[in-house]
Amino acid sequence: MTVRKYLVLVGITVFSPIGDALLARGMKEIGGVSLHNFQSLILAILNAWVASGIVLLLAFFASYLSALSWADLTYVLPATSLGFVLVALIAHFGFHEAISPTRWLGIALITAGVGFVAAGPSVTTAHPHRLDHDPVSQEVEL
Amino acid sequence: MRDGYAWLAIGLITLAATTGDVLLSYSMKRVGDVHELLQRRGLLAVIARVLRTPTFFLGLGAMAVAFYSLLFGLSWGNLSLVVPASASLTFVANAFAARIFLHEQVGRRRWIAAFLVAGGVLLMAA
Repeated sequence: MTVRKYLVLVGITVFSPIGDALLARGMKEIGGVSLHNFQSLILAILNAWVASGIVLLLAFFASYLSALSWADLTYVLPATSLGFVLVALIAHFGFHEAISPTRWLGIALITAGVGFVAAGPSVTTAHPHRLDHDPVSQEVEL
Repeated sequence: MRDGYAWLAIGLITLAATTGDVLLSYSMKRVGDVHELLQRRGLLAVIARVLRTPTFFLGLGAMAVAFYSLLFGLSWGNLSLVVPASASLTFVANAFAARIFLHEQVGRRRWIAAFLVAGGVLLMAA
């Protein structure tokens, strides 16, 4: 693991909760979506908060794809779990949502679980199907 | 009714996100280490390789379903319930899916983590 790869994991951790928080802010403005006004879900992307959230989630997605190219899925997800804590803090301090002690305990348990796995190896599989090993793909690249 | 819609959304997010995660992980493993590729061949080659992987688009489609389910859920439920609950359930579902479909070695450490996360989800829903 290089510093650069750790930075990618930090990016996944930070971009996702902030993006989700911006989406939540926008969706609260738009209001409850039901089958009667389902089209408002499609038009939601025109809301500035939702649009900002989407930009951050795109940054998250790029970091996520990068991480998945060199680490197991079951490593990447837990290794970036501090996002749960960030979401709770944003919800509590940014949106004044009440978070009960039980829910805080749940968040702590989740974080402990995912922190537990992050200390293990990042890759457990060989990847025989990589395009690197595909002579046709190599030929195209050369 | 609000809680019902929120939990319906959480279920949809979990199913779609797990499908998307597995497909994207499979696709990116086929592409290879993006950092190495960037250094050796540049950004365009990385993008070309990703776009040449059909399963990437299937994963992207599943993620789009998960995204709109998230918007639906956020319009009915609290951020502090919908996001952690769906993400945690997705994590547990991914542990099973990664073992079955991606042949990842989900050892004792990762299983314990999965159960800790599942317990956390139950507490959050209480």
